[in-house]
Amino acid sequence: MDTPALAQRLAQRFPEVLEARGEVTITVEADELAQALLHLRDEPDLSFRFLSDVTCTDWPGLDPRYWLAYHLLSTEHRQRVRVKVGLPPEPDPPRVASAVPLFPTANWLEREVFDFYGVVFEGHPDLRRIEMPEDWVGHPLRKDHPLAGVNTQYKGAFIPPPDRRGL
Amino acid sequence: MEDLGLREETMIINMGPQHPSTHGVLRMVLALDGEYVVSCRPVIGYLHTGIEKNTEYRTWQQGVTFVTRADYLSPFFNETAYCLAVERLLGIEAPPRAQVIRVMVMELNRIASHLVWLATTGLELGAISMMLYGLREREEILRIFEMVTGLRLNHAYVRVGGLSMDLPDGAVDRVRAFLKLMPGRIHEYQELLSGSPIWRQRTVGIGSVSPEDMLALGVTGPMMRAAGVSWDLRKEEPYCGYETYDFEVPLREAGDCFARYEVRLEEMRQSLRIVEQCLDRLTPGPWVRTASAIPWSTSSTSWRSRWRP
Repeated sequence: MDTPALAQRLAQRFPEVLEARGEVTITVEADELAQALLHLRDEPDLSFRFLSDVTCTDWPGLDPRYWLAYHLLSTEHRQRVRVKVGLPPEPDPPRVASAVPLFPTANWLEREVFDFYGVVFEGHPDLRRIEMPEDWVGHPLRKDHPLAGVNTQYKGAFIPPPDRRGL
Repeated sequence: MEDLGLREETMIINMGPQHPSTHGVLRMVLALDGEYVVSCRPVIGYLHTGIEKNTEYRTWQQGVTFVTRADYLSPFFNETAYCLAVERLLGIEAPPRAQVIRVMVMELNRIASHLVWLATTGLELGAISMMLYGLREREEILRIFEMVTGLRLNHAYVRVGGLSMDLPDGAVDRVRAFLKLMPGRIHEYQELLSGSPIWRQRTVGIGSVSPEDMLALGVTGPMMRAAGVSWDLRKEEPYCGYETYDFEVPLREAGDCFARYEVRLEEMRQSLRIVEQCLDRLTPGPWVRTASAIPWSTSSTSWRSRWRP
């Protein structure tokens, strides 16, 4: 299947399919996510059995505020698809079902999204921070988390943010 | 049978983050039953430097300097992947000469990276001579990189729209000399290791992973190809003109450490083939698009500098 054919095939099952720059993106509701991933993984003509990444973006002031993206790959059919899920600003933290039962590799990927964006994956076996120190306060890739310019947690040193360093 | 009073409890050992055999800074919490590892909890993050957060505050072109540090053994791959993504967003392509040089430095980088793997693995299995040989040849590649980019690691050489500068005089001769030297050296590594009973005992049948598990665990690269899954982005989703180069994707079926060793050795040979084709294709021409030909949107700054809550 080439990209337009894949988009057409997916449109039979998913209402929102976008094809841009040779990439196919599906948008689903948060409560349909697990069903959608299962469908993409197990349908013989799709068989997206490889989860290459789970990422998130933060758009403060908008609803949905968080957009999760699941990047899937099918090595049999040599094609890729991206599944997007929007999460509202409230409640904080946002919640969504974990993909670990479907893709074991989602374990660390979801821990990363939890660490950086504070998205809680329900049903995750071991949802802890993965990169930041365990006692870190906040979720650093949220846009309202400062890069610097606060008393950093390293011996109280003050570092001006890059946008105020005259770069 | 009489109870001999053996204790069947596991012991928890903390390994790292500062331990000579944990490359990079990695901590592992191990549960041991005698000499067998029952469970292993890796603790990563000691090398996390907030690249993604930093780039929010920089221009797209400045981002190259950050991403090259994501993996210090494969800087050119990081840079090229990032630049290809930005170029796709902008809808532009680098000039042909830049594409050829990108492929050349990436393939040299692949050899250097595989050499570090081979050298450190040899070191850990007691083959200290392999460590010396591997790093010796890697040094030769790093000298080429220094000549071409000015730096040994973290080059920021690949830029959005092309390269930061052209190849200097004498670089092609230097690469040709390396191409002459290297096949014999790879042969020597193979002679040294493949038949060695110690090497074989510690790699054959060790660390086997099935193709199904590779997919489920998200494993790619030489590890996946050593388990018989033919998946190489250079063939499946070619970029930088890889579809026009003549090379093979080495495959093995066993999925153990020895198969991965064989795949990597063969990949080094294939990389040499590609580098040779690159040298033959180098024709004079621009190596970067002029600044006015890069259609940055309203501003070349990143999203963050234009956005205020």
